[in-house]
Amino acid sequence: MAITRAYVEKVSLLARLQLGEAELDRLAGELASIIGYVDQLAEVDTEGVEPMAHAVEVHNVFAADEVHPSLAREAALSNAPRHNDRGYLVPPVLG
Amino acid sequence: MSLVETSATEQLKRLAKGDITAVELTQAYLDRIDAVDSKVGAFLRVEGEAALTQAADVDTRRKAGKPLGKLAGLPIAVKDVLCDRATLTTCASRMLESFHAPYDSTVVAKLKAADAVLIGRTNMDEFAMGGSTENSAFQVTRNPWDLERTPGGSSGGAAACVAADMAPLSIGTDTGGSIRQPAGLCGIVGMKPTYGRVSRYGLVAFASSLDQVGPLARTTQDAALLLETIAGHDPQDSTSLDKVVPEYSKTVTKPLTGLRLGLVREHFAEGLDAEVEAAVREAVKVYESLGATVKEVSLPNSKYAVATYYVIAPCEASSNLARYDGVHYGHRTDEKPMLAELAAERKELEAAGNQAGLRRLDSTLVRMYRKSRSEGFGPEVKRRIMLGTYALSAGYYDAYYLKALKVRRLIRQDFDAAFGQVDLIAGPVTAQTAFKIGEMVDDPLAMYLVDLYTVSANLAGLPGISLPCGFSKAGLPIGLQLMAPPLAEESLLRAAHMFESATDWHTHRPTHLPK
Repeated sequence: MAITRAYVEKVSLLARLQLGEAELDRLAGELASIIGYVDQLAEVDTEGVEPMAHAVEVHNVFAADEVHPSLAREAALSNAPRHNDRGYLVPPVLG
Repeated sequence: MSLVETSATEQLKRLAKGDITAVELTQAYLDRIDAVDSKVGAFLRVEGEAALTQAADVDTRRKAGKPLGKLAGLPIAVKDVLCDRATLTTCASRMLESFHAPYDSTVVAKLKAADAVLIGRTNMDEFAMGGSTENSAFQVTRNPWDLERTPGGSSGGAAACVAADMAPLSIGTDTGGSIRQPAGLCGIVGMKPTYGRVSRYGLVAFASSLDQVGPLARTTQDAALLLETIAGHDPQDSTSLDKVVPEYSKTVTKPLTGLRLGLVREHFAEGLDAEVEAAVREAVKVYESLGATVKEVSLPNSKYAVATYYVIAPCEASSNLARYDGVHYGHRTDEKPMLAELAAERKELEAAGNQAGLRRLDSTLVRMYRKSRSEGFGPEVKRRIMLGTYALSAGYYDAYYLKALKVRRLIRQDFDAAFGQVDLIAGPVTAQTAFKIGEMVDDPLAMYLVDLYTVSANLAGLPGISLPCGFSKAGLPIGLQLMAPPLAEESLLRAAHMFESATDWHTHRPTHLPK
């Protein structure tokens, strides 16, 4: 499958990355070469094979419905680039 | 033999007998770090003062006859990817350059509970993505055997510090070979346990279905000791296995009788270096001389392992690393220039009457995310995020991610069939010995192919160990990899110890570092 530069740019938005012109050019080439290699998976017959999402296929690990102490607000905010002691601050979202 | 050249097990004995104190031992390692780490660059941060304080505390408690943990007074280095509330956890990334974890990872908590002395944090490829430690945002780590070459990665600092006697033990993580490969390239023992054997709580996630924490050491006995300290069920990690942890260090010295060793036909194919192949075949002969029977087995889908891995791991990474949004923690772009840039772009589009462009223009929040992430992540992390986002994007999910998950099952089924005939699989860790720094930075695909022999164990969730089995003519270490069925760490370690007892490769030391 061909990877166009325009699609790489679209993916950069989905990935929330801002890439310069040179970076987009370089990545378009690199992704094409990696995807070209990965495309060999198409030749494997996987008819009727169940996908394996995890090495240990455990499902429904239940925890007792008990209240435990969680991270204090001060600790949770301690690494925030901007906060007002009560919550995280972000640039204006509206307007 | 100087103190820092003795094994961790020996050091613990001496500490218990009172022949040495924890402060003396810690100081010996700090002196060694002082002498050689300016050349090797294994440590991102040496926590000398804190380590000496911990050591003094152990000595005081030992003197007072108080109970002490299993690793009391033993210095241990930790890869800078496991949260420790006492220090930073940077993942060798600008993104987390000043991240101070508000809690301890379970592995670090267990080390503290065992009274280990946490001596410093080791360098790695950024977010554990890479196989040479060249992707660290902060520094290059050099292979102690040849300072022009990489130590491998991503746990390059973790392997180099043990190989250069700067720590008796260290903790690494392995998502596609990141413990075994650098251990192999640095001539030490490195082990990836069964997926779920060691808790991932507080391990900064790369690819959650593949990541596993494990020990790096000089000897299998030391690796066994560290593994039994960090392994076990953890309610904080729902994928950790609720199984009893055997006392590996007690059983490791018992040889296995009637060992059936499998050699994978596909491992000995084009691309495998002749010297590496010779050393591995010689190692297999050692096993035969110890009574093992050797049988050829086939893993027909192993040739798809790297392709499978480089779909699954980037997909999981792109999802996991979405958390770095410049809001909760980690790097945020400087807002003023960001807002000015956006305003200028809007003005330009308005002047040109470009309505479509205006509709597509980022909101301030999206631009803040994009700039923060682009400034915080290095090239390899961006590449993998892009690859994963691409493979998961609309229209490609079935062709890549879903397909890779199906091939993953076939790879696991190959192993299940092989382990019906043999107890363990033996083979090379890497096709080549350590490569030169800078040699592969411009060819990401070639770099990914280095993982050929190691990624399968992660995809299948199996334990694997790398141990020294020889040297190339150029004096570079060669690693032997053993793989076992899930939860067979005990026989894996015992088999590794059999080889170690019959050979002296683990006793060799890099010659051109200061004594």
